[in-house]
Amino acid sequence: MGRLAAALLAAALAAGCASQPVTPALFAVLPAPDGHIGAIAVERDGERRVIHAAYGAQRLRADGSLEAAQLTEAEVRERFGTTLAALPAPPATFTLYFLADSDELTPASRAELDHVLAEIRRRPLPDIVVIGHTDTVGRRRYNDRLSLARAERLREMLVRHGIPADRIQARGRGEREPLVPTADEVREARNRRVEINVR
Amino acid sequence: MRKSMLALLLAAALPAGAADVGLVKVAHGSVTIERTGERIPATVGTALRTSDVIVTGADGSAGITFSDNSLVSVGPSSVFAIDKYAFDTTTYAGEFQGTLSRGRLAAVSGKMVKQSPESMRIRTPSAIMGVRGTEFVVQVDEPAPQRP
Repeated sequence: MGRLAAALLAAALAAGCASQPVTPALFAVLPAPDGHIGAIAVERDGERRVIHAAYGAQRLRADGSLEAAQLTEAEVRERFGTTLAALPAPPATFTLYFLADSDELTPASRAELDHVLAEIRRRPLPDIVVIGHTDTVGRRRYNDRLSLARAERLREMLVRHGIPADRIQARGRGEREPLVPTADEVREARNRRVEINVR
Repeated sequence: MRKSMLALLLAAALPAGAADVGLVKVAHGSVTIERTGERIPATVGTALRTSDVIVTGADGSAGITFSDNSLVSVGPSSVFAIDKYAFDTTTYAGEFQGTLSRGRLAAVSGKMVKQSPESMRIRTPSAIMGVRGTEFVVQVDEPAPQRP
């Protein structure tokens, strides 16, 4: 009898769980402006579905099941038009280069700085992240410091051109993200750079 | 001693720049931020923190840039919570967890996801989504009516 009661209770609990209200939802992948198509993974109750097609979608239905769907661009625009219109402009990215073992810009990059300033002034509420990078010459720690010094140097330049200091963050990424991958201890001018993200 | 106390107090009074994880760049119609029990009207330039909840009215929509360059927009009649946001600007390691409990959301993933796929996750009341990149949309419908 005790066993039966336990079984009944378990069944009642399972039924209770199964009838938990499901909030339906729709998930879709969009193509990026450059045509790149990404992927998302949707999970529900241990089931996992990956979407990696343009306008490919998964619908979570009221019964708790996942259903694959293919939307059209027009359908996405109709459902998400207002939402997509509120997406902020993608950050503009610039890359400026430095002389070897130095925080001085190359002459060409000093000229490029004007384009950076124009982009900053074009945006309504700019926030700017300056990320320094180095080549692989020197130890990692040294390069972390050098990359930060480069970013801070560029930050000073922007401030001198009238950009408010509190809108600019300077960060160093050391030798972790070479533009041109090389072995360790290789001089490479294209890796001695700062990346400027204007958001 | 007194001087350092004063410095501490001043630091506490200043907006906590380090804790800011994102910035409102677009705000149309009614957009409010729920932060530790308070409701703050959101305008262009409002800084966001972890645990903030963005709430839009029927005429509202908002666009946010996050510190790893992720972009998120929230459509009308929506509720989106920033449950967790951490991003290391040196290593690009991080974690972004948000919950869309109602309404619509569009997003473009940033540096965090490029570095480690699915470090950005969006929950809805009944499912969870891992982002491998880059652009996607999510809609949460009204819950199905319960049968009596």
